[in-house]
Amino acid sequence: MSKVRVLVGTRKGAFVLTSDGKREKWDVSGPHFAGWEMYHVKGSPVDPNRLYASQSSGWFGQVIQRSDDGGKTWQTPGGEPLPSPGASPSPASNKFVYDTTGPDGKPLTTHQWYDGTQHPWEFKRVWHLEPSLTDPDTVYAGVEDAALFRSTDGGKNWNELPGLRGHGTGPKWQPGAGGMCLHTIILDPKDPKRIYIAISAAGAFRSDDGGATWKPINRGLRSQFIPDQTAEVGHCVHHIAMHPSRPGVLFMQKHWDVMRSDDAGDSWTEVSGNLPTDFGFVIDVHAHEPETIYVVPIKSDSEHFPLDGKLQVYRSRSGGNEWEALTKGLPQRDCYVNVLRDAMAVDTLDKCGVYFGTTGGQVYASTDAGDSWDPIVRDLPAVLSVEVQTLS
Amino acid sequence: MTSYVIRVELPQHLRKLAGIEGEAKLEVEGLVTQRSVLDALEARYPMLSGTIRDHVTQQRRAFLRFFACAEDLSHELPDTPLPDAVVQGTEPFLIIGAIAGG
Repeated sequence: MSKVRVLVGTRKGAFVLTSDGKREKWDVSGPHFAGWEMYHVKGSPVDPNRLYASQSSGWFGQVIQRSDDGGKTWQTPGGEPLPSPGASPSPASNKFVYDTTGPDGKPLTTHQWYDGTQHPWEFKRVWHLEPSLTDPDTVYAGVEDAALFRSTDGGKNWNELPGLRGHGTGPKWQPGAGGMCLHTIILDPKDPKRIYIAISAAGAFRSDDGGATWKPINRGLRSQFIPDQTAEVGHCVHHIAMHPSRPGVLFMQKHWDVMRSDDAGDSWTEVSGNLPTDFGFVIDVHAHEPETIYVVPIKSDSEHFPLDGKLQVYRSRSGGNEWEALTKGLPQRDCYVNVLRDAMAVDTLDKCGVYFGTTGGQVYASTDAGDSWDPIVRDLPAVLSVEVQTLS
Repeated sequence: MTSYVIRVELPQHLRKLAGIEGEAKLEVEGLVTQRSVLDALEARYPMLSGTIRDHVTQQRRAFLRFFACAEDLSHELPDTPLPDAVVQGTEPFLIIGAIAGG
């Protein structure tokens, strides 16, 4: 029988929630890495028991954790003792060192700071881990300050893909309120050389050669907070989602505006339609209906909570523009939580399950594609990320 | 070359990360300094690399302090010899996390 495993990253640890295919009774395991910020936990599509986790702390910096048994035990890749002090090479699974030269050989060391001056790139943390679709030992990391790293040895060593920062627009990127983070990585299941990423506040980018070279894909985006509202870069993209059957169709929740692209990001059109507010962070696609998408509208960029204290997921069955509120089982009064950008996911069971976590520590699940919701857990630390594995 | 057994006390989160119960006891050869102690610590427990000092610059992470013998040694140069009591193992070398809420 099928089984569902929900991987939850929170401000103070990670949790693994498991259920059978009915998704009625849940076991809660955790906190794993109690006290640490767990920005993201994600499993390999090739080997579902291979999990990668980003563990970070203001005191101790970044740590990468890996599990080979579905989250029962964890290890820091390459953490075995050295034969003697100073022996080398020493794997360093938490060593994210920026490549200082772009493809043209010129140093690439600064980006735009909040005050408009140039500022050096400084590694802060890993926001998102994206395991390869074909190799359990290959995994991508999106980091703050924004850059893309890759490990091909199960997380023991990391190397930057410098073509992203080096393609030319890097000095125009700037941090949003949450920092300058690369938070979205999408691997094209039909074209192994195509990768999409998104950065706050730079925009979306695409590589068609496996990450060697990149180009901005932001045509059609409009952002009021930058001088040229339709600039090539500078847009605060919050999240992008794709259905694996149609990798050229992308859905985006931007700082404001919900957008879609039908040409692999070459152009975007707004599909906010009748949403009560088009600000938000999450966006995701139904597992079996590529035109069914979900967002959680948030009041505004300064009021990070639902409108009128009512937590509502909005669903469009037409790929945008026409939206319906999904409220059954969700609090409809006095609710002032946020749903962060990586905190929604779907399972692939026949009746698609939809899951999201809140900054109030609730993880909600719907086993009927959003028609109704129940909390799996109510009182976790603030949820940073939610990923779902459907296991056979 | 003379070797010494140095006692190192770590913050709870780092003890847990490295699977250390109580103090870490590290064999250090030659001059006992912050650098040689941290080199020995990271060699024995590679998962601690980068959590106390930066991988590249080797600078102490901002929210950590180094104490010993009731003295704050955080701003000493990394190759300054540690106090004799630390070298002889009568006092531990303390790595302390800054107090902060949240």
